Amino acid sequence: MERIPILRMGDLLLVTIQVDMHDRLAMQLQDDLTQRIVSDSAKGVLIDISALDLVDSFIGRMISNTAAMARVLDARTVVVGMQPAVAITLVELGLTLHGVQTALNVEKGMALLGKSYR
Amino acid sequence: MVDAQTQTVLFETPLLEHRRAQRTGRVTLRLRSDEDVVGVRKQVRERAVAIGLSLVDQTKLVTAASELARNTIKYGGGGEVHLDAFDDGARLGVGLLFVDAGQGIPNIESALRDGFTTGGGLGLGLGGSKRLVDEFDIDSRPKEGTAVLIIKWKR
Repeated sequence: MERIPILRMGDLLLVTIQVDMHDRLAMQLQDDLTQRIVSDSAKGVLIDISALDLVDSFIGRMISNTAAMARVLDARTVVVGMQPAVAITLVELGLTLHGVQTALNVEKGMALLGKSYR
Repeated sequence: MVDAQTQTVLFETPLLEHRRAQRTGRVTLRLRSDEDVVGVRKQVRERAVAIGLSLVDQTKLVTAASELARNTIKYGGGGEVHLDAFDDGARLGVGLLFVDAGQGIPNIESALRDGFTTGGGLGLGLGGSKRLVDEFDIDSRPKEGTAVLIIKWKR
């Protein structure tokens, strides 16, 4: 079955979404990430969406839910690399990604999660 | 892309003939599965790029298309989308008409309000999509079906 790969680096989980996800694939990623936070005792999740040219309400909800699930499992989530056109569209659509921390790029996201990345 | 199944009219609506004289092309895609939604996003992006929409306008149109395609499948029980090219003499536009033969929308006014949902979603699909495009129209009759039209013009 098709899946988005999740990489582990120390106590962080890294995901780079590089395909246009259909809804089931987005839900699969949410489930996989939640499982991996527990099985890998992860303290942080970094989701790179710089390759995504669209975040609609479904993908936005998946990101918000993942961050909320991570939070109750004692892990922090940072979403990095959102394209400006995607940000403009998200806000006009009415989605604010409530409770999701963001950073402009992977390096800044790592810094937010308390890791130096050199 | 048009097969025998989609050539029958799912739902009789005047929106099928909206700006008929300005329409320069129509392609019809079937909407049944999650993968079909991704296919619509790709086709709409190609059309938006072809008429030279700005990156922000492309993104708005594709996002609205994604929301409405999902609605057609989730609430309309599947259907089709007509991808239209428009030329009104002064500008080019991309139009999308989502049609299903589902239960219809009982109260369009409340369906357009942010936060209104019957399907457990965020309730941003219809109202949010309307904000992302230049023209928006809905025709729906109980137990007959729903048609949602959007157009984005090149500025």
